[in-house]
Order: sequence, then structure tokens, then C-alpha cells
Amino acid sequence: MEPAEFCSTSRVLIVAGKGGVGKTTVTASVAAIAARAGMSVLIVEVEGKSGLSAAFGRPSLGYDEIELAPRIRARTLTPDQALVDYLESHGLRRISKRLANSGSLDVIATAVPGMKDILVLGKVKSLEQTRAADLILVDTPAAGHAISFLMSPTGLLDAVSVGPIRKQAVDVTELLSDPQRCQVLLVTLPEETPVNELVDTAFAIEDRVGISLAPVVVNACYPTLDLATDADAIVADADGAGVFVSRREADHLADAARFRMQRQAIQAIQIDRLAEALPLAQIHLPFLFSSDLGPPEIERLADAMSEGIESIDAPA
Amino acid sequence: MSRQPFGGLAGLVADGHVVICCGSGGVGKTTTAAVIALEGARRGRNAVVVTIDPARRLANALGLDELSNSAHEIDRRRWSPDDPTASGRLSALMLDTKTTFDGLVTRYAGDEEQASRILDNRFYRNISGALGGTQEYMAMEKLHELHEDGGFDLIVVDTPPTRHALDFLDAPKRITRLLDNRIFRLLMMPTRASLRVAGVAVAAFLKTVGRIVGTAVIDDIIAFFRAFEGMEEGFRERATTVLALLEDGNTRFVLITAPTRDAVEESVFFAERIVTHGLAVDALIVNRVHPSFGDEDPAGLRARAEHLSTASGSAPKDTAGARLAAQYENLADFGEIAARERHHLEAIRSRIGSAPVSTVPFLAQDVHDFAALSEIGDHLFRSDDC
Repeated sequence: MEPAEFCSTSRVLIVAGKGGVGKTTVTASVAAIAARAGMSVLIVEVEGKSGLSAAFGRPSLGYDEIELAPRIRARTLTPDQALVDYLESHGLRRISKRLANSGSLDVIATAVPGMKDILVLGKVKSLEQTRAADLILVDTPAAGHAISFLMSPTGLLDAVSVGPIRKQAVDVTELLSDPQRCQVLLVTLPEETPVNELVDTAFAIEDRVGISLAPVVVNACYPTLDLATDADAIVADADGAGVFVSRREADHLADAARFRMQRQAIQAIQIDRLAEALPLAQIHLPFLFSSDLGPPEIERLADAMSEGIESIDAPA
Repeated sequence: MSRQPFGGLAGLVADGHVVICCGSGGVGKTTTAAVIALEGARRGRNAVVVTIDPARRLANALGLDELSNSAHEIDRRRWSPDDPTASGRLSALMLDTKTTFDGLVTRYAGDEEQASRILDNRFYRNISGALGGTQEYMAMEKLHELHEDGGFDLIVVDTPPTRHALDFLDAPKRITRLLDNRIFRLLMMPTRASLRVAGVAVAAFLKTVGRIVGTAVIDDIIAFFRAFEGMEEGFRERATTVLALLEDGNTRFVLITAPTRDAVEESVFFAERIVTHGLAVDALIVNRVHPSFGDEDPAGLRARAEHLSTASGSAPKDTAGARLAAQYENLADFGEIAARERHHLEAIRSRIGSAPVSTVPFLAQDVHDFAALSEIGDHLFRSDDC
């Protein structure tokens, strides 16, 4: 598959995964490959702060869009902001203040389960409808919440029988269930617990929510090296190459090699397990030894991501 | 109450009463909470760990195959196979937010009839799933229950994985604010003349809201507040007691993090905010620290790898020189990550105040049995480089 094709499969790509797996890293990489393909990208960060803007070397995000890099813009979107937007666009500016100030917003949001999520998704939908960008990337809220976030329209349709909020839920359901408009990209690490959780989440999203899934991204994979874990073999290679390696250094090389080979083995097992449990293409992103995520690293990851996408067979 | 300094992590396990494990998602909070409770039991204490959504295999190891909202003891032979006569005890439970909330309602309801009117109300049934902070609040409520009635001397509490790790401190206020909501309370007021005016305004307000979300929803809300009548005071007092327990000098906060830039930023943010509550981070645990191999400069190692691979030129990959180059690449990789993590650790040490910092190495295997929990315990409590 071509990276450009990957980025234009759907207009909205929701990036989900448990805390610490690198959703932000993946979001930045996808944004970079879309921008390379000449597309405009809008990253929407739901519920607060991540290291996204820092990775692009920009100040932290707010409700107003900022440019992170050429063709890549970003903004936040919180439920409270979405509600105020929604009420104002329905001619209810005064009530929105009153709701927020009196704490009644919590009461209403509790009475209507999923309402806040619906408002956020509803805003994403309106960004999609107005073609705010060629690709809208949604960085989802923290851990475990992804399923309930995406299930919100279903719950709301059960609870609310009339009114504009219901209409909103219907619109969002249409967005979520149309694979040309919206897909979910799941992120995991090549470790046991994150893989288990990704598999559970994937089935829940497809079966219960009916959203189409993009290839999964396995983040932070050690690039595979074939190493000797025995100091004697290392010393022998040094002799063969005509260089001197002290015994102490050979031991360090061997220790480091053992650690890496062990991690690589675990990684391979988990990647296979994921492939067996989930019939989705995988894209592997390398672990970054050298430095924290910054503009050069985003470019490196975008290269790896493009390679990964190119090795995916075109869908039948 | 003034907070006394104490002897680091070991002191916390030996003398602490309540230990709250905080931190952002994915840093190993649940595992660390289990390790701390296990260590307490090893030291002869009657310890319990309150987990929130543990990974399946860790839950199994703790005997939490089913959702068990009350503490149950883990057979000593499982967590202390070498010394089955140890005097400590270890229990675990998995928080069930809804059941805990139901218990609270039943406790404060005037009679059974009032309790069931509330428990059956649709608005009430939404609270545990829809109101942000409920899980945090119920974790604290559970903590209080265990503190009052459990007979435990060490209670270790995991906190829900929120982006804002301090939500649990604000949660009780959030719930009481909901229950105290002025607009809905006004509806329940007897219609004295002075209030009738407010009543009219509120009715207009509700009518508008009803247009957006439907009137059935408003009816549910009103029915809930009617049913809840008379219980607010009890709930508010309870929330105050729960908060007081958190602020008690015997409650310790352990902040768990990872040596990455984002995790460090969040931890510092947390540490700064907790101070505004008059509390402090008592210990910091940094998980997933890469091992370091030797102290050679990574740039030098990288140059050496480069030199070796240039020297082997276009020769096939499987030559002594090319193989050795890969070995050096690898050592350079780990040298770089170690240097970066050291930098983050220093940053956190200098920014987080006086709390002792302990590190746990990146483990080769996932943690889902007592052997692995013990291994982490050894790093935290029996290692020289703490």
C-alpha cells in the first residue's frame, strides 16, 4: 500500500491505545507521512496535555489551532469546550454559561451518559464535514476509556429519545460506521499486557461499535540485530577483524547483546501472538534509543511507518 | 497535622498505614502497589492492596479471578513459599465502583424504601459510569472502609489511570457538588414566596435544557433528587472524612513514573499540584529503567562501529568485522538510552523535592506472578543503588 493511500483511506483517523504505548508518537508519525504526501492534517487532542507540541518543538496546545509543522495543524478539544460550542451554535449562549457556572453541566452529563463524548465526536464530525483538513487525526483520551468513548453514541441513543442531542448521536454513529469517513488505528507495545489489551479493545470496537480498524501499530520495537552473546566469540571476531577488544569490553558487549537478544525474542513472540489473535496488518515502529521524540525523530519514524505501510498488501 | 519525615520506601512499608500509588497511565502503578503490599506482608504486617483494573494475569496471581469488591486473603503459601510460617498477611481486592457506591447509598438511606428508590433510578444508575471522578471517589471510599473496618495495618491503593493523576483528591468534592446542585435543590424546596421567583427561573432553565436532551431526562433527574432528599448531609460528611484520611499524617503518597520526558513532565506537574493540597510526594519510584553496560561513551562506540563496518567495506555481512560492528552498535544503543534516562532521573530528582527516588530496571518479562513481584521488591527494598 502507498503511504498516500493509507492516509486517505478515511478522512478521520482515531488513534487509540492504553497509556504509555506511544499514541502521541504514532499520531505525529502519521501526520508526518500525510504531510509528505501533500495532504493537510489537523490533529485533535481530546482531553488535555500530551507531549505532542513539545515533540514538534512548539508551545503547548490550546483550543485554537496552531501550526506544528508545514501542513500540520493541531488543537485541543475538551468536552466542556465542545458543549459550549454546541450550545452557542444552537443560539443558547446564555444557557451555556449558566450550565457551566452552576455545576449543572455535571448533572446533565450524568443524566445523559456519553453526552460529553458525543459532543466531542460531534465536533470532530463537524470538522470533517467542513473539510477542516484532508486528514483529521484524533488522539483519544487516556487508557481504557477508548471503548466507552466510541460507544457513547449507542448508549445515548438508548437514553435520549428526542432532541438535538439525539440527532448529534445519530450523526456521529453515521460517521463512526462509515469506513471511508472514519477508522480507528490501535497502538500497542510488543509486550504481553499491552498486546492482550489491544486484542480485547479491537474486538470490542469492531463488534460492539462497528468501527472499521486500520492496521495496528506496534510501537517501540527494538530493530533486530543478530548478536553473539558470548564474550569469547566476540574476542574471536575482534581477532578476525584485526582489532583489539579488551576482555572487559567484550564482557560489556556480550551482556548488552544478551539483553537485546532476550528482548528481541520476547518481542517476536508477542508480535506473533498479536498476528494470530488479530487478522489485521501490522506496522512496526522502532524504539528510539538515541533521543526523545523531536522533529528529526518524527522524520525517522515517518520513514519507518512509510516502509511498514508499503509492505502491507493492498486490501483484497 | 504536620507530616513527619520517614525512612524512605522501607520506612513507608514498615510504619505507614495508608499508601496511595499515583502516576500517569502505563507506568506500572498496579504492579507497584502489589509489590508494596507484598513487601509489607513479608515484614509481618497485615497488608491489603486495592487494585483498579489490573491486567488479567496479575489479577489471577492475586486471586482476583472474579470481580471481588471485598478484600480476600491470599494463601500465604502462594506469596511466601519459602517461609510459610511468616506472620504477615496479604489480601487483595478489585474495586467495583458501582457496588461500592450502592453500599454507600444503602448506608446513608433513611430506610430500605429510600435506598431502593435511589438504586432503581436511571439517573443514579448512570452516575458510576458517566460522572467523571466517580471511580476515583469510590477508590477513596473503599480505602476508608478498609481503614475503619478492615483491621488492616497497611492499605495500599492503586489509583485510576487518568491523565490528571490528582483527580482522586478532587473527586469527593465533585460528587458532593453534584448532589448539592443548587438549581435542582431549589426545585425540591417548599414553595415559600421568596423562593418562588427562583423556582420560576429554574423552571425556565430546565425547560431549555429539556429541549436539548429531552424531558424524560429531566424527569429522571428530578426523581433522583427527590429520592435523595435528606441524604446529602451524610454524604457530605462522609466525603469530608474520606478527604481527612488522605490528609492524615499516616497517609503516604508514592509517585510512580518512567524515565521518559513525558512521564517526567507529568510527574513534576503532579508533585507541584499535590503540594497545593498541603500534601507531598513521600517516595518516587521510577519503573522501566534500562540497564547500563559499562561506561564507555556512546559516541565513541558508535564511531567504532562505523569504522569497523567501513573497514569491512562491501564484504558480506557475515564477516568478523561486520559482526563486531553490530555488537558495538548495540552497546552504543544502550549507552545512549542509559545516558538519556540518567538525564531524566536527574531532572526529576532536582525538581521533585526531597522525596527519595528508587528505580526498577526494565524487566525481561511481564509481571504476573509472585516470583516477578518479589523480584521487583528486591530491587526496591534490597538493592544498594536505591
